[in-house]
Amino acid sequence: MPTESPPYLRSPLSVPWMMRQVLYALLPAALAWTWYFGIGLLINATVALGFALLTEAAALRLRGRPWRPAIGDYSAAVTAVLLAFCLPPLTPWWITAAGAVFAIGVGKHLFGGLGHNLFNPAMAGYAMLLVSFPEQLTNWLPPRMGDLDYQPLSALATLSYSLLGRLPDAADLDALTRATPLDLIKTGLREALTVDELRASPLFGDFGGRGWEWIGNYIALGGFWLLYQRIIRWQIPVAVLAGLLLPAGLFWLLDSAVHAGPGFHLFSGGALLCAFFIATDPVSAAMSDRGRLIYGAGIGLLIYVMRNWGSYPDGVAFAVLLMNAAVPLIDRLTRPSAYGHGQDAGHR
Amino acid sequence: MLPAILLIAGLSGGIGLLLLAAAARLPTDRDGLAQRIDELLPQTQCAQCGYPGCRPYADAIAAGEAPINRCAPGGELLIRALAELLGRQPLPLDPACGEYHGERVAVIDEARCIGCRRCIEACPVDAIIGAHRHLHTVLQSLCTGCELCLPPCPVDCIDMQARPADG
Amino acid sequence: MAEAPVLPYRPQPPRPRWGVRVPPNKTLSTVRPIAACPLPDEVLIPLDCGPAGIATALVQPGQRVATGELIGLSEDGGRVHASLSGIVLDEEEHPVPGRPGAIAPCLRLRSDGEDRWHPMLRPIAEPLALPPAQLRERIAEAGIVGLGGALFPTADKLAAAEELELLIINGAECEPYISCDEMLMRERPGLVLDGVRLMLHASGAPRAVIAVESDMPEAQRALLDELQRAADPRIGIAVVTAKYPAGGERQLIELLTGREVPAGGLPTDIGCLCHNVATAAAVADLAASGRPLISRLVTVTGRGVAEPRNLEARIGTPLAALVAAAGGYCCDSPRLIMGGPMMGRLLPGDELPVTKASNCLIVAAPGELTGPRPEYPCIRCGECSRVCPARLLPQELLLAGRAGNVLALAELQLDACIECGCCDYVCPSHIDLTAAFVQAKRRLSQALRARSRAHQARARSEARAARLRNRNSAVASYQEAELTTDDLAALLERVKAREQERGDAD
Repeated sequence: MPTESPPYLRSPLSVPWMMRQVLYALLPAALAWTWYFGIGLLINATVALGFALLTEAAALRLRGRPWRPAIGDYSAAVTAVLLAFCLPPLTPWWITAAGAVFAIGVGKHLFGGLGHNLFNPAMAGYAMLLVSFPEQLTNWLPPRMGDLDYQPLSALATLSYSLLGRLPDAADLDALTRATPLDLIKTGLREALTVDELRASPLFGDFGGRGWEWIGNYIALGGFWLLYQRIIRWQIPVAVLAGLLLPAGLFWLLDSAVHAGPGFHLFSGGALLCAFFIATDPVSAAMSDRGRLIYGAGIGLLIYVMRNWGSYPDGVAFAVLLMNAAVPLIDRLTRPSAYGHGQDAGHR
Repeated sequence: MLPAILLIAGLSGGIGLLLLAAAARLPTDRDGLAQRIDELLPQTQCAQCGYPGCRPYADAIAAGEAPINRCAPGGELLIRALAELLGRQPLPLDPACGEYHGERVAVIDEARCIGCRRCIEACPVDAIIGAHRHLHTVLQSLCTGCELCLPPCPVDCIDMQARPADG
Repeated sequence: MAEAPVLPYRPQPPRPRWGVRVPPNKTLSTVRPIAACPLPDEVLIPLDCGPAGIATALVQPGQRVATGELIGLSEDGGRVHASLSGIVLDEEEHPVPGRPGAIAPCLRLRSDGEDRWHPMLRPIAEPLALPPAQLRERIAEAGIVGLGGALFPTADKLAAAEELELLIINGAECEPYISCDEMLMRERPGLVLDGVRLMLHASGAPRAVIAVESDMPEAQRALLDELQRAADPRIGIAVVTAKYPAGGERQLIELLTGREVPAGGLPTDIGCLCHNVATAAAVADLAASGRPLISRLVTVTGRGVAEPRNLEARIGTPLAALVAAAGGYCCDSPRLIMGGPMMGRLLPGDELPVTKASNCLIVAAPGELTGPRPEYPCIRCGECSRVCPARLLPQELLLAGRAGNVLALAELQLDACIECGCCDYVCPSHIDLTAAFVQAKRRLSQALRARSRAHQARARSEARAARLRNRNSAVASYQEAELTTDDLAALLERVKAREQERGDAD
């Protein structure tokens, strides 16, 4: 039975297929993440997934909508996994859960559910956690590298911290956790150290933090897969990275002592994840190609501004949310005029 | 702390004064606004809103004297359009002003018409023709469905019907 | 006559940014040459002449007719000819392919099997020496209409343009499956070229360009060979990218000339005139043989028919006979589609007749076409606006349409939608966008009519108010009421009738 109205031929693309591809594209980065920072990501992702799906089903039931097809479209799963990617390896489960519930319940369903949310749900959830629990979101571990004098935290210990909030054998949390490279640069520069002095720390690699660089590579790999599958288009990733790297390069050239270079910014924090996976969320992004260039460049620029002059070490979540709010305006300003309606039409 | 408080207070006070001055001095474009409102109204001239015609109602809305939910022939669609134009909240249609029926036209039952001419005098858009003591008829292409011809008719020979789709 | 300006065209038009690449499925039917569909026992000739209205039958049941005899004429000059010789059986209302549920009066003819041509049909001697107006008259008399599907009378279209700069012959058959134009250009390039020269003459255009798609190399070669032989510098060939809907009239004009037909306007507004290759061939056929348009090429294709191919079929041939001529059905419960899969229509059955607009019959095997799929919420992916050849924002139009927001529909320039179905094709949420826009267009035009009535009503009420102030008269004079004489005449008629009735009653 063909559909009842033309066209009778349609492409096999579908929303669940696209969302699944996004999840697949995150797999290499997830494996790398687990390799360098332990199973924290898997625990966070499991908790986030469970609560995101529960919230999705509950919200849909409250709204009187069928919940089964919505669970099957994988959009809540993508939100949950992206949120998990933002959280440090040692995150108490209830924080992850709170983020997921907020992301889906407030970020998504209060706005009308999939397709209607003004803000990126994962970033809404993460931003809420950032402002509510800043302390708990700093429990990053040093990467597992052969030459670093560091015993990796066992899976059991990570699980114990996540579920019970304490480490076994009275291990000291402060002794285990390390600041992220972005943190180091931010606090170090405040203490009037130069970038070169800070980069002498064993945590730094060729460009950004060690381990982080490799995860960044795998995220980009996933991004290229999405580009190849035409699930995302080049405009947003290119614009985000250009918006971040151009000012970074400019300031670095002006004074490389107090400004980290573009390579550092590219491979630190959430820059690549944002460029390929977060800013490219179509629902909360601008629509037209031109609009997407503006939207992406705005995000990149805001990330740079917040990293340099803001109070948080990274600015991905707030940059994305701010540009989300600007999307209706961008869409309005970049609306093309239809065939035959332009100024050139009818010109002979 | 103190400079911050002073700065904020000064800023808000200054802006407030500016706005007050602007509201008092600058002329408001009421006529232009009324015209744009009038452009949205269905021009039935039916007076169900309580004003003598569409333009007077538009003037009243522009002056802020009338709510936007008093036009029955315009229905919900019109209220939404007005709300968008004026930046107000859409309201449900005021039931005191009648009901929304969609587009309708008056039809004279020609067998019963006595040619009294009263409906012709009542029609706000000259859509009824006919001579005294002779049959009258409503020109459907001109009729706005305002129902103003119904009350004067002494023999109740005028009915409202849905406008034909191709009309 | 002043020298007409020549509009330059691009022989290699740019690759369009809009549009979709749909699996073409054309080789299904192009592997076999064109064949003549055997004469059916009965034909059902529709009297519907499309834009020229419904024709009145000029023959009675029981009357004998010859092939090519004029049997129907509409008020606007639409002509219907007998497509075979035989006896007129009856005139009946019968469903015809077109909009769903469309019923049109049809003449049923029974063949006498002789296919005797009408003796008065004579070729046009020296057609290029004929004044253009006379040539157009002959084209109109032959019942030739736009064979691309619009059915607009070709002669009227040729006459419409005052200052024509470029005649575009559309062979860019971009819809999947359809191959009748391609096969025509491959097998009868001479006929197409003769037709183009006749159309140049009839329209007064200084140049013509035949547009073909990049995936028709055989047709390109055939036309180029023929062009070399003809050595007519006025005619050229342009190759457009094979991307749907590059062959849409307005889209083709944009690709070839870089100009856009203004909204609400016609191609002639920018000096262009567009005709289908099949129409050109029909004109050439008329000049060579004097025969009116009584047959056309129809692609019979799809995986549900045994030997997909192009058939030369008489107008009125039942679709069942067409399928039989293409080897018959080869699957269970096939679905029939008239036209291409993008803009065609699902047919209720195979007893419908071939019309002048029937370019393709798809016999789709189960699973060959996309079935109904669950709809997901729009995720604003923007693919629809990326592929839209009219540069619309389908997802915003959908929201405006569902909310019934007519103002927004107008502001989003819904009128530019050509219903090509590209947005539906790519939508990952499987939303029936085109169907929604067809409905929204209806709503919009209703609202626009209401708007213009409101303007009229306001003007009349203002005039009345002025009259009340000046003369204090509630009753308008007939001049003031601006009534049409038709209205008055109709009223007078009814008044008289009733007075008489009353007089009779008394």
